[in-house]
Amino acid sequence: MKNQKQQRLSQTTNHFDLLSEEIVFTILDFFGENPIDKKSFSLTCKSFYVIESKHRKNLRPLRQEPLSGILTRYPNIIHLDLSLCPRVTDSSLTTISNLCESTLRSIDLSRSGAFSGSGLLRLAVNCRNLVEIDVSNATNLKDAGAAALAEAKNLEKLWMGRCKLVTDMGVGCIAVGCKNLKLISLKWCLGVGDFGVGLIAVKCKEIRSLDLSYLPITDKCLPSILKLQHLEDLVLDGCFGIDDDSLAALKHGCKSLKALDMSNCQNISHLGLSSLTSGTGGLQQLTLAYGSPVTLALADGLKKLFMLQSIKLDGCVVTCAGLKAIGNLCVSLKELSLSKCLGVTDEGLSSVVTKHRELRKLDITCCRKITDVSIAHITNSCTTLTSLRMESCTLVPREAFVLIGQRCPFLEELDLTDNEIDDEGLKSISRCPNLAVLKLGICLNITDEGLTHVGMGCPKLVELDLYRSVEITDPGISAIASGCPDLEMVNIAYCKDITDSSLMSLSKCSRLNTFESRGCPLITSLGLAAIAVGCRQLAKLDIKKCHNVDDVGMLPLAHFSQNLRQINLSYSSVTDVGLLSLASISCLQSLTILHVKGLTPRGLAAALLACGGLTKVKLQASFKYLLPQPLFEYIEARGCVLQWRDKVFQAELDPKCWKLQLEDMVP
Amino acid sequence: MDIKEGLCADTWQNQQKWQDTPMLDYDAPFQEFSQQPPQTQSLLPCNPSNQTNKVQDWDPSAMLNNLSFLEQKIHQLQDLVHLIVGRRGQVLGRSDELVVQQQQLITADLTSIIVQLISTAGSLLPSVKHTLSAAPPSFGQFGGMRPGVNVVGVQQHNTSNQINCGTEQNHPVEEHESKDEEDADEGENLPPGSYEILQLEKEEILAPHTHFCTICGKGFKRDANLRMHMRGHGDEYKSPAALAKPHKESGPEPMLIKRYSCPYGGCKRNKEHKKFQPLKTILCVKNHYKRTHCDKSYICSRCNTKKFSVIADLKTHEKHCGKDKWLCSCGTTFSRKDKLFGHISLFQGHTPAIPLDEHKGLTGASDRREGNEATSTVGSINFNFGSNASSIGTDMDAKGSADDPTGSCNYTPKTGVDSGLNALK
Repeated sequence: MKNQKQQRLSQTTNHFDLLSEEIVFTILDFFGENPIDKKSFSLTCKSFYVIESKHRKNLRPLRQEPLSGILTRYPNIIHLDLSLCPRVTDSSLTTISNLCESTLRSIDLSRSGAFSGSGLLRLAVNCRNLVEIDVSNATNLKDAGAAALAEAKNLEKLWMGRCKLVTDMGVGCIAVGCKNLKLISLKWCLGVGDFGVGLIAVKCKEIRSLDLSYLPITDKCLPSILKLQHLEDLVLDGCFGIDDDSLAALKHGCKSLKALDMSNCQNISHLGLSSLTSGTGGLQQLTLAYGSPVTLALADGLKKLFMLQSIKLDGCVVTCAGLKAIGNLCVSLKELSLSKCLGVTDEGLSSVVTKHRELRKLDITCCRKITDVSIAHITNSCTTLTSLRMESCTLVPREAFVLIGQRCPFLEELDLTDNEIDDEGLKSISRCPNLAVLKLGICLNITDEGLTHVGMGCPKLVELDLYRSVEITDPGISAIASGCPDLEMVNIAYCKDITDSSLMSLSKCSRLNTFESRGCPLITSLGLAAIAVGCRQLAKLDIKKCHNVDDVGMLPLAHFSQNLRQINLSYSSVTDVGLLSLASISCLQSLTILHVKGLTPRGLAAALLACGGLTKVKLQASFKYLLPQPLFEYIEARGCVLQWRDKVFQAELDPKCWKLQLEDMVP
Repeated sequence: MDIKEGLCADTWQNQQKWQDTPMLDYDAPFQEFSQQPPQTQSLLPCNPSNQTNKVQDWDPSAMLNNLSFLEQKIHQLQDLVHLIVGRRGQVLGRSDELVVQQQQLITADLTSIIVQLISTAGSLLPSVKHTLSAAPPSFGQFGGMRPGVNVVGVQQHNTSNQINCGTEQNHPVEEHESKDEEDADEGENLPPGSYEILQLEKEEILAPHTHFCTICGKGFKRDANLRMHMRGHGDEYKSPAALAKPHKESGPEPMLIKRYSCPYGGCKRNKEHKKFQPLKTILCVKNHYKRTHCDKSYICSRCNTKKFSVIADLKTHEKHCGKDKWLCSCGTTFSRKDKLFGHISLFQGHTPAIPLDEHKGLTGASDRREGNEATSTVGSINFNFGSNASSIGTDMDAKGSADDPTGSCNYTPKTGVDSGLNALK
């Protein structure tokens, strides 16, 4: 390809001169997500290299060390995502702040600790146009760091989930400093209470979105929050300090509110909910997961919400009367989630779905009491469904699944994990041409025949889950691989009869990025090599318990799969050589190597040292004493978490036996 | 104003002298002591001349009786002293005991005369009328408080010479004139059911003591302490009536409400201010004047930052100094978090200041930055809390360490690798 382009270049030099920078920019705009495309473009010639450097707006580096070089090459970076860097130190932040200055508008530090307030301060002071900062998971960040963030005066969006050491004082600084804040997420900032949140509400009048999940706040800060003129999205997930009594004192609700999440608030019953939603006529989304029981009274309280489109009641106890009252709401719901709700019966569910015929998304995961009656009602009335999740609806008979394919042709997502569906059902489902996500895990009744229909009828399939659907073999996978070129995720774990030929057919799916073939004993290095060569986008690979995969498979992987981030090699036959070759993949972050017999301490040490981007390694505990402690200290200081496991070697169970065991566990 | 202040100063000095005389006399020989009564007389009896047309319920005949009684008493005492003087020449070898007895006798008589005099004078004063019976304590009050007090406005519209206790005489005439003007100005503006406005002068306010013993001149901060002190001057001061609080024995007439004005011109607490807000007690006046119009000379020994003009404020602060962990960027500290956050939500631009210990171990982030000046200077960061907290600022300079690339992790990658590899071999 390179030679071709060079040839062309030499022939039509004049034409390339006519190609203005703007035109090339426009061409570059059409480039997809794949970073390799841009890379090969920039390697074409010097002028393309320069143009591409100027054009690049977003950057997601893997390491912090070359940052100064990278940022010098790309002067127009607007969004810098450092979430893949194991460590981001203050000096890196200083480099960024000096090189990017006012061009930088957004920075993501969400998975990289090691920086402190001083680094953030320099960033905030030098990059005056910073609008978005994500410091989630900066568990070492203290109030001084928050005070540094407050210097970013133009900040509009700030995520600081799990910054557990930040207190009201730090948040108070942010509230005073960042007047233009539109979004702030304080989820799990356990040190922040009423005072900090109250000050945010008083000082930042532009707030649109406020996430206060799991904060120890009480009713004291609620009045000022509800006075926010523009508040649209309020998350009070797990705010145990708020109860009915405190909500009853609220005079008026927030008129602008569109989405309210009050999950895990067991202290709030229908009384508190109605006082909170009394003035919020514009509410569109309501989430009450794992809250108080959904009774008639609670459902009646929703009557005043005329704009309601989505209700999520996951994990709640649901009464039949409550469901009927939801059915009788005068609005037409687009989305309803009853996942893991106790008490969902055919009668209740039917009354809901027959009234809300506009339903697009329905989640009835683990509603174990419903039968074909419900399915018949759902498919009858909600013909425009795009998403149906019904994992473990074990009482639904295999005939009922035929109805889904017959009557819901617009389905894009279908989760039938752990159901009785058979080939007839799959044949029917293959009539949904838009199907993108299909989950058929633990469906013991389906075979290659049904899967072949899916492969022929669902060309847009992106994700296919066949976990422990043990009847599936090579012909089925082959049909899928040839019919669904857009496949990105495939799970064939524990489909024990699948061989290399499946992998070879799947290697035609060039977009494949996640592949799990755990417990497929017939797969060898040959098949894996085919995947490595064909699927260059591969980012996650799980070949645990593929005993026949060895170093021969690792070599092509190391060579071709330069996007690989996560690999599980447990129980495989890989040795030091294979592991060391994998270490050359610069992206590699997560490595699981349990019960790998061919691995020696020295090989492991060399691989760990060579692979600089690692953030998480799961290791056999026995290695802990076979290798020197300073080595581990060094690896950990580089930003890698070492997880020691001491599990006994597990022999594989018979698949059917496994299912029986599973059913025993379900109450 | 200047003139007035000068005059007041004079008055004060006069008064000091007046206070000092008894103290000199206290241990003086009898000759001098004998002169004392006339002296006192010359100071005190001014009342009758002034009071005639003022106090409605004043009885001139009773006054006359009192005065003649006093005259009698003084004559008796005079005779007694003469006698003692006469005997003294003859008998030199007398025991000290007798001398002491005589002394005590004379002292007691003298005191009773003074008491009488004062109570007689006091009867002219409406506001002090109720204290008539509790003579000794009111001494202190008269002696200490009254001299500098300008009575400015009174409900009954009795203008100039309304209140004149013994020492009022010391005030020059001009003072009275200015007072008259003020009264004329404010008289109509007084609300119905109003109060009497008193204004102490600056020197009076700043005087360390307000209650003085009329016998020995010793000053006290509290009337109660003066009363306790008076017991030492004779048995008549030991009676429960003498020791009791004077206010408790108020007569049947309703007591006039007293309010105070700050002598500082332009102050809201000054009677001439448009929105004048009177001060309730003399203590309020003192504290207000010191807090608002005086230098803050008491510095907290712990933080060396906070200054106070009232020593009680300093003591209160010292109790909490160091415990006030809730700090605002303006330098104000709060003992309670809710107070800090209330303060911050009230004022624009104020922000919570992160406590010092927060910065230890960190590579030195600052709380407040002024503008962009610090952009290039990475090494040292000066903490700036604003004007009040300069001394805190010096403690908080975090220098140099900010550049440490390895941050909080104490390792250097190179040596780490080496050690790791060496260990492998």
